[in-house]
Amino acid sequence: MIQIDALSKRYGGFTAVDNVTFNAEPGRVTGFLGPNGAGKSTTMRILVGLTDPSSGSAHLLGRHFSQLPNPGLEVGVLLDASAQHGGRTGREILTLAARTMGLPKTRVAETLERVSLTEEEAGRRVRNYSLGMRQRLGIATALIGDPEVLILDEPANGLDPAGIRWMRDLLRGFADDGGTVLLSSHLLHEIEVIADDIVVIGNGRIVAQGTKQELLAGGGTYARTSDLTALGRALQRAGHTAEITSEGAVLSNAELAAVGQIAFDAGLALTELRAADGAGLEEMFLQLTASTQRDHLESPEGLDSSKGKAA
Amino acid sequence: MTTTTIAPEPASPAGHQQEAAHRRTRAVPSPIPFGRIAGIELRKMFDTRSGFWLMASLVVLSLAASAATIIFVDADNLDYEGFASAWGIPMSVILPMIAVLAVTSEWSARSALTTFTLVPGRGSVIAAKAVVTALVGVAAIVVAALVGALGYLGVATVMDLDPVWNLSFAELARVTLASEIGMFMGFMLGMLFRSSPAAIVAYFVYALVLPTVSSALASTNTWWAENATWFDLNWATMNLYSEMTDKAWAQLGVASLIWLVVPMLVGLRLVLKSEVK
Repeated sequence: MIQIDALSKRYGGFTAVDNVTFNAEPGRVTGFLGPNGAGKSTTMRILVGLTDPSSGSAHLLGRHFSQLPNPGLEVGVLLDASAQHGGRTGREILTLAARTMGLPKTRVAETLERVSLTEEEAGRRVRNYSLGMRQRLGIATALIGDPEVLILDEPANGLDPAGIRWMRDLLRGFADDGGTVLLSSHLLHEIEVIADDIVVIGNGRIVAQGTKQELLAGGGTYARTSDLTALGRALQRAGHTAEITSEGAVLSNAELAAVGQIAFDAGLALTELRAADGAGLEEMFLQLTASTQRDHLESPEGLDSSKGKAA
Repeated sequence: MTTTTIAPEPASPAGHQQEAAHRRTRAVPSPIPFGRIAGIELRKMFDTRSGFWLMASLVVLSLAASAATIIFVDADNLDYEGFASAWGIPMSVILPMIAVLAVTSEWSARSALTTFTLVPGRGSVIAAKAVVTALVGVAAIVVAALVGALGYLGVATVMDLDPVWNLSFAELARVTLASEIGMFMGFMLGMLFRSSPAAIVAYFVYALVLPTVSSALASTNTWWAENATWFDLNWATMNLYSEMTDKAWAQLGVASLIWLVVPMLVGLRLVLKSEVK
């Protein structure tokens, strides 16, 4: 259980984290999604006590991180897989973690096996590791204490598709056993694949949160035609919303059949008509990453003024 | 393309529930004992390539210094003290480096991210590093004294000399203190800069450049020539290698306060409060 309550972090005039509130529940994988520099890492660093917040609070298992007597046994943390001394071997890094937590030596070999690092790889110095291997070692460090909570910052970075699937299964199993997982990513796809709940952050603020189903469903209808503006205007006249997406399609809240009928009535030939599952989330995310790349169709008047851009 | 096999259904779904319940009701772990943290920090000093080579170079340079003593010093003047000071030169350079890296490697390699998430009490980690640094300093002197004694005895036997054991325990203790001051200057600079190159450069400025500047100042300014020992830790420390008067102890205390204790408190505050990225 992770509780983040009205958390803010300011650096001079710059607000890196702005009034962020969310919970990560036991038994679920919570995805923390946002473009680079959105405040994900800062929030996670505050969560584990490496950065002091300007205001607000963060609790793990009902306590502040610094009140955990032996945090490795309760909270597994991976903030940056590259943040290790390159002169140590993978096994040595894991041994140091195990000894700090007071775990038996046998756990090191067990955990190495759990993250699929071979004996030979574990004996190599971390300087010579690929990013994927470092991620596995970092996940091993987080898992070795058999914690109740996992906090992973961009853990899928550098993993190949098979590695991402492996991690999904691992985190799924962890959550099914009653554990809490918070993982961040700047890639929508990774979060879609792994998370149950999604928190989207942009410019330090939470812009959307909910279950994956909630956020991915209700995307409305996607339609393509030669004259997007005409279709958009026709939909808005009929009382529906209509936006022209960056991909050159119209996104509307109208039903599939309604869009088809309106296009037919307007004499427009549709080249594509489909339900826009997840399009809302995707569009929102694109807007966060590049807010200038999208045209809005807010009203018929707005349509006229943006006609040049839309066409 | 990879495929995953579908695992057979668990025999009793209730088992899963119990497992989940077990996770929720487990006991609160006991705090990490300080001795364990100190043990980890000691291990971290020497389990990297740089740590290993620092130790190795300490041994190699010390042996080379001993050999040089045997070759270049007159057999008549070859006493134990001379032998011991030959060991002392490489140690006075390398021990502070060990102390610097004990602190700065956490930041330069960014392993502090892991260290401070496994032990959130940064004060405990720094205290453990300080204790271990002090112990390494003492151990290095003890080993050097013993190995030096064996070497000297060997040389004396081969050359058929009467061994001159002219290094008292008190002298050895003062040399140890001088060595510890050097190490903790390194430790302090490590905390102040939290970067290996910056702290190492700063140490050599302190140990090599400042004495020259101080001497130059003393040759032109009589007040400084008379009173510098109060303010110059290098000079105040040098007294430890000869006789210590009450005044010399007081001078050492004042100079240490200025150069070591005050900056150490500033560094400690930075380490405890600053963001770890």
